[in-house]
Amino acid sequence: MKKLSAFLKHSYLGLVLLFMYAPIFILILFSFTDSRTMSKWQGWSFGAYEKLFAERAVWVAVQNSITIAIIAAVVATIMGTFAAIGIHSMKKRNRMLVENVTQLPMVNPDLVTGISFMLLFTAIGFTSGYLRMLIAHITFNLPYVIFSVMPRLRQSSNRLYEAAMDLGCTPMIALTKVVIPDIMPGIISGFILAFTLSIDDFVISWFAADGVPNISIYVYSIARRGIPSHINALSALMFVVVATLLVIVNLRSIKQEKEAEVQARKLRSK
Amino acid sequence: MKRTFFSTPYIVWMIIFIVVPMLFIFYSAFIQDGHFTTEFVNQALETPLYISVLIRSIVVALIATALCLLIGYPVAYILSNMKKSTAAILSMFFILPMWMNFLLRTYAWQVILADNGVLNMLLTTLGFAKGSFMYTQGAVLLVTVYNFLPFMILPIYTILSKIDRSHIEAAHDLGANSANTFFKVVLPLSVPGVVSGITMVFIPAITTFAISRLIGGKKYPLYGDLIEDKIVASGNLGLGSVLSIILLVLVIISIVVMHKMEAEQGNEEGGTLW
Amino acid sequence: MESNHLIELENITKEYSGDKALDNINLYIRNGEFLTLLGPSGCGKTTMLRIIAGFTMPSEGKVYMDDKEVTHVPPYKRRVNTVFQKYALFMHLNVFDNVAFGLKLKKMSKKEITNRVENILELVNLKGYEKRWVEQLSGGQQQRVAIARALVNDPEVLLLDEPLSALDKKLRKGMQVELKRMQQAVGITFIYVTHDQEEALTMSDTIVVMNEGKIQQIGTPADIYNEPKNQFVAQFIGESNIIEGIMLQDYMVSFKGNVYECVDKGFERNELVDLVIRPEDVDIVPLGSAPLSGVITNVIFMGVHYAITVNCNEFSLMVHTTDLVPVGEHVSVQILPDAIHVMKKPKEVSEFEIVMDEEKE
Repeated sequence: MKKLSAFLKHSYLGLVLLFMYAPIFILILFSFTDSRTMSKWQGWSFGAYEKLFAERAVWVAVQNSITIAIIAAVVATIMGTFAAIGIHSMKKRNRMLVENVTQLPMVNPDLVTGISFMLLFTAIGFTSGYLRMLIAHITFNLPYVIFSVMPRLRQSSNRLYEAAMDLGCTPMIALTKVVIPDIMPGIISGFILAFTLSIDDFVISWFAADGVPNISIYVYSIARRGIPSHINALSALMFVVVATLLVIVNLRSIKQEKEAEVQARKLRSK
Repeated sequence: MKRTFFSTPYIVWMIIFIVVPMLFIFYSAFIQDGHFTTEFVNQALETPLYISVLIRSIVVALIATALCLLIGYPVAYILSNMKKSTAAILSMFFILPMWMNFLLRTYAWQVILADNGVLNMLLTTLGFAKGSFMYTQGAVLLVTVYNFLPFMILPIYTILSKIDRSHIEAAHDLGANSANTFFKVVLPLSVPGVVSGITMVFIPAITTFAISRLIGGKKYPLYGDLIEDKIVASGNLGLGSVLSIILLVLVIISIVVMHKMEAEQGNEEGGTLW
Repeated sequence: MESNHLIELENITKEYSGDKALDNINLYIRNGEFLTLLGPSGCGKTTMLRIIAGFTMPSEGKVYMDDKEVTHVPPYKRRVNTVFQKYALFMHLNVFDNVAFGLKLKKMSKKEITNRVENILELVNLKGYEKRWVEQLSGGQQQRVAIARALVNDPEVLLLDEPLSALDKKLRKGMQVELKRMQQAVGITFIYVTHDQEEALTMSDTIVVMNEGKIQQIGTPADIYNEPKNQFVAQFIGESNIIEGIMLQDYMVSFKGNVYECVDKGFERNELVDLVIRPEDVDIVPLGSAPLSGVITNVIFMGVHYAITVNCNEFSLMVHTTDLVPVGEHVSVQILPDAIHVMKKPKEVSEFEIVMDEEKE
């Protein structure tokens, strides 16, 4: 009975995983064959990859995606961290007001946010598509950074800041030497979140960027017209990159947790 | 006192790029040539096509959410009952696709479902007749579920794995069998996770536009496609803005309903506890 | 006035949205003493410490240090260092860097920093822990790092905000002894905040008892214990029986229908007073050999002694004695003159305060 139920459970998980990964693996598989249609296996080939590397438009889009994700994440992390520190020391009424407005882009459908940017930029005649996309990305990253840093700030005791001043730090030095290192995990997770959101964004960029492509926009505009093989190759590459990064990050955090546990056990046994 | 000034750059940014753009939407929805107008609102609410698209969007989003919950809850439940280290690694695999660009995930289904796609290749190889899967309502639904399933699993798994085992043991101790324990203890305790899962699936599902365009073609547009079409293709900013506001209202209503659900559940629990 | 007053608080009042956390406090702290601010939570003792440290500005009044006004001098410019309640150690730094934190800010030479850190770590018994991370230390060790981090800066005053409250009882006892040793070794003023009367009695040279933002009594541990100035102090420090009585004349008080000799004087004739009788000053004697009699209603074994409740019509008396007397037995209770401490009624506290401050000078 127990064995049966375990078997059923495992098969269920396997089935759902199959559903989730089959499309991705099919893409990867078909990236190694070069054909206009998928109706027949045409044999192994790196043609798709050759085409991918020869296609300049792809690399423009990739470059846009990466540079914008980095710049937007850095700017949003710096501005957002300082914002969180400021908001944290506000009086309750002001703090609630700012926090509520900050939540707006998280609640607002991407579509609406994107359109609102488009209207703003058109109205003021701001035409640089790259900068439009960058500003939009910084903006939608900010709330995620702020709400990653805020809980950390709330946890961080004000005593730490006072202790630094007690030991001779001016308020500014206390901030850089003690408060910021203490909330660093929040800042880092805010940065990672911002980077991934930015590199993944399609909807807001589509409206805000006025024709400047990132990866998502490029894929969308190509996919509307068919299923060219070099997109398979692009997907395969991106999947491998994302999967590797995630596995590394997750394994590290699992390992850290284990180490912390061992450490705690040692302490207790003392 | 001085520390509040650290947020000044952000607050200026927030006003220019969050508050002002939203005002622009309201402006272009209600002001035409400097005068107040309800013309766009009337159009949005009286054109039968727009209403039917709206209803279809709600229905598709609801069904997709229900399917995600139906498929995702058992996954989260089984994972949460596994050994901690196994669950940590396995759950990573369920969440990983979330980090893959969603257009590529959608594109993958195009490759599978296309007339000359992988599914038809399989069917013909196995001796079946070719089918036509693209540009159907079912395909849109399938891909929506596929895209948003991890967003349902993650919050439910998180909350289930936090449930104190002693609750479950206590229920067994008091004579509840497994089914009873599940329905009386585990399910109520997991409501916050379910609510945030529903929110994380329903809202993107109702506001999406790329999935339906790529998979459903022009035949089955959702509300997002309609808005995109009005704004980008027809350049009708007024109507597009009104439709956006309707979508926003819909989202706000669903968030409020979710919060209510969660709060009520909390109250009930309080009631039974005492 | 050349004085050895290191710190003076003058008419300090602190209000938080209308509530007075400190109400017109005047206090002198002498150089080199171990002074404890003792009181229940919310009595204002921590606020007082924070005003001395410079984290909180008083609403009214002035703070002097070495006869210079420092009321609005920021904490980083005061020669005062603090040991925080939950240590507030920097988790991102190791033990050495935590301790060296203040010295590095002073741009001291590397060699001197190393020297001083080593010395101070030796003082707090943490030699060899330099490279450890704070998380790897036990609570007691973290406590020592916090003390070392403050002491290494050569402060004139070390402020300690309930530093032992997070430790378990056994560790707490050990640290009490060690803190006293450290204070004697470095020879500077310690200002110690606690709600634990036992801690205060063991370590302090001077105890300041506080309640509701006001100073209730200042004195040596012996003074405070033996001669509580009012009902609050008597109840807060040690166990005591507090009984209402009438001061018939000097050296003579009556309560519960009996007249007793006592050692107090200076009250008005027939003044209504409170009497403090410490349970260990009362003796149980055979029935009839003392004027006050009653029946034993409860006996608890406390380890060293028995806590016995004697019910003498209308009121109960707590007695600590090493002799076991069974419940139900009728006995008499002997109260000798020096067991009775006469106090003014509590409403006249403010008058006492002035008297006490004068005494202090």
